[in-house]
Amino acid sequence: MPEEVLQAPLVLEYPFTGTTGPVVGRFLTGLREGVVLGVRRSDGTVMCPPLEYDPADASPLEEMVELPQSGEVVSWSWGGPRREQQPFDQPVAWALIQLDGADTPMLHAVLVDGPEQMSTGMRVQIKWRDEREGHITDICGFVPESDETGPKTASKTSTTVDLDSVEAVQSVRTPIRLNYSYTPGRALSEYLYAMKDKRIIGDRCGDTGQVFVPPRGVSPVAGKATIETVDLPDVGYVESFNITRVPIATRPDLEPPYCSAWIVLDGASVGFMGLVINCEPESVRLGMRVRAVWKPDEELEVSATNILGWEPTGEADEVIADIERIGRVGPQQKRGSAS
Amino acid sequence: MKDVAIVSFAQRQEAQISNESEVEMMIPLMEQAKEAVGLSQRDMGFTCSGSSDFLAGQAFSFVMTIDGTGPVPPISESHVEQDGAWALYEAWVKLQCEDIDTAFVYSYGKSSPGSLRDVLATQMDPYYVAPLWPDAYAIEGLAARMLLDSGKVSEQQLAEIASRSRLNAATNPHAVRNEKKSVEEILAEPYLADPLRPSDIGAIADGGAAMVLATGDRARSLCERPVWIRGIDHRSDAHTLGVRDLTSAMSATIAAEKSGVGADRIDLAELAAPFTTSEAVLTEALGLGDGVSVNPSGGALAANTMMAAGLIRFGEIFERIARGDGDRGVAHATSGRCLQQNLVAVLEGE
Repeated sequence: MPEEVLQAPLVLEYPFTGTTGPVVGRFLTGLREGVVLGVRRSDGTVMCPPLEYDPADASPLEEMVELPQSGEVVSWSWGGPRREQQPFDQPVAWALIQLDGADTPMLHAVLVDGPEQMSTGMRVQIKWRDEREGHITDICGFVPESDETGPKTASKTSTTVDLDSVEAVQSVRTPIRLNYSYTPGRALSEYLYAMKDKRIIGDRCGDTGQVFVPPRGVSPVAGKATIETVDLPDVGYVESFNITRVPIATRPDLEPPYCSAWIVLDGASVGFMGLVINCEPESVRLGMRVRAVWKPDEELEVSATNILGWEPTGEADEVIADIERIGRVGPQQKRGSAS
Repeated sequence: MKDVAIVSFAQRQEAQISNESEVEMMIPLMEQAKEAVGLSQRDMGFTCSGSSDFLAGQAFSFVMTIDGTGPVPPISESHVEQDGAWALYEAWVKLQCEDIDTAFVYSYGKSSPGSLRDVLATQMDPYYVAPLWPDAYAIEGLAARMLLDSGKVSEQQLAEIASRSRLNAATNPHAVRNEKKSVEEILAEPYLADPLRPSDIGAIADGGAAMVLATGDRARSLCERPVWIRGIDHRSDAHTLGVRDLTSAMSATIAAEKSGVGADRIDLAELAAPFTTSEAVLTEALGLGDGVSVNPSGGALAANTMMAAGLIRFGEIFERIARGDGDRGVAHATSGRCLQQNLVAVLEGE
């Protein structure tokens, strides 16, 4: 194909909201109040950060103990430049830090300028964030214990705080955001390029002759790569439809009631989705002949959005004699089997 | 128990495959693995695949790749959000439990559309760790430091592992890092994630693999020398890094015992070790002695194709034993951070 395979930025983003349960919730409540808690395990040792169940024997854990806010670096690494999502304003050292009084280390960052300031066994202490909400990032990070430079580096042991008298943290929000460069692949790129010329293309199965639209480079009937692309007319019929009467928040451009339909193009073996427009939704019926309504030529893009919808042609309805065929692959061709 | 063998294998690994959708990438491999033994999808008793939506950035991304199997009419099929070695395990169980004698396994991963170092942060604890977005190399760096501090391994030994991987990869057409480098040259590399150097870290690759399994006489009728799965087991350690000994891999040790690694001589082993440190830990955990050829393909250091690196280890052992380069080998796959979960199998030629 002449054009390059398409690429587009894709952002995957979701606000992970997790309920904390009593143990994690109490730990995070403690962080909000400037207190660090561990949990006593079945063997009497203390785990920090605390888990609800002992990884060794699955017994439920509930006895929380307050810990000092300094400890020792058990291991560390230097990850290089700051990653976009990290909640730090500088590159950090990563460390497993065992707080005094705890028997397991916790993972967090050590805020130093470079790896030369790190060593196994070094003493570090918590640096708290000013505004705290009950989240692991209430700890800005750890700093070397001798470091007296920052105003908020001093340990703030708050043994006076009664955690039972403050509102308990019950959930956390962790926004996830990942950046991708998405490619639809060869077949769909070709389909999208053709859209710019108001052409609809499908691809043909070498075993059965069936035509699939949009093309994906594969015949799901044969389980093989398709052998050629096929130009399809922009007319077909409604194989199924529904009428939506409730607005959707993510599509303010769609004003109810509107009709979504499964449209089978002439010469295609499968239908695809479109809106039926320029008629009353109530007048849409199975077998109704429709044609594509394209954007004005000057607005055409490399995009499937070039088809605004499908309007009735006024031709006689397609006769769908075999009602059981609806939704299955291919009217005219035999169902294939891989040979 | 039925005897189950690997009878064919196909793989592709490249630094970046940017012009193909996942199904377009996989179709030729799927066809190649089936054609090698003259089977079509209709001959397969069961099909199982492995992939990850977080690499694709798309929910249920695997459903589009299923088109490559020809699921019209519907086939008996399953999917794991795991390396393909776990798909192979499910197929092996299915072959044991049902009246079928063939199975098709494939898996794939394209890491290049996203940033793998960051994508892998989403598998960490969502309360305590993921919000900090520690990158994957830095996390392995913590385990590496512990290993070095413990004296179990030196930076020199890690460089030797990296150098040997590059040497072995030189003859592997699927390796993406195959330029030879001496131990001295590797030790001269600046740290990428202190204490890890670039050569300590598996070369990220896009790609996939496909494999046909068959039982007993069916396997013997399909290929010259079937490679039998004599034992297979997988174990998982705790998720929280702080409660594990990161200088060992207890789950790998148990899986090796259960799959019978120590029961007889081992000629070769392919370990899905994404870091030199992982290989050092695994070699000890699996009890592989000096006589074992470890990662003759270059291993996952030479090409770390997420979701397929483990299944490809099975394939590398299969191809070597099938052509007579050894009789008994170990294939390993891993999942999670710092070797949390490990799958071990003993493979033996007919």
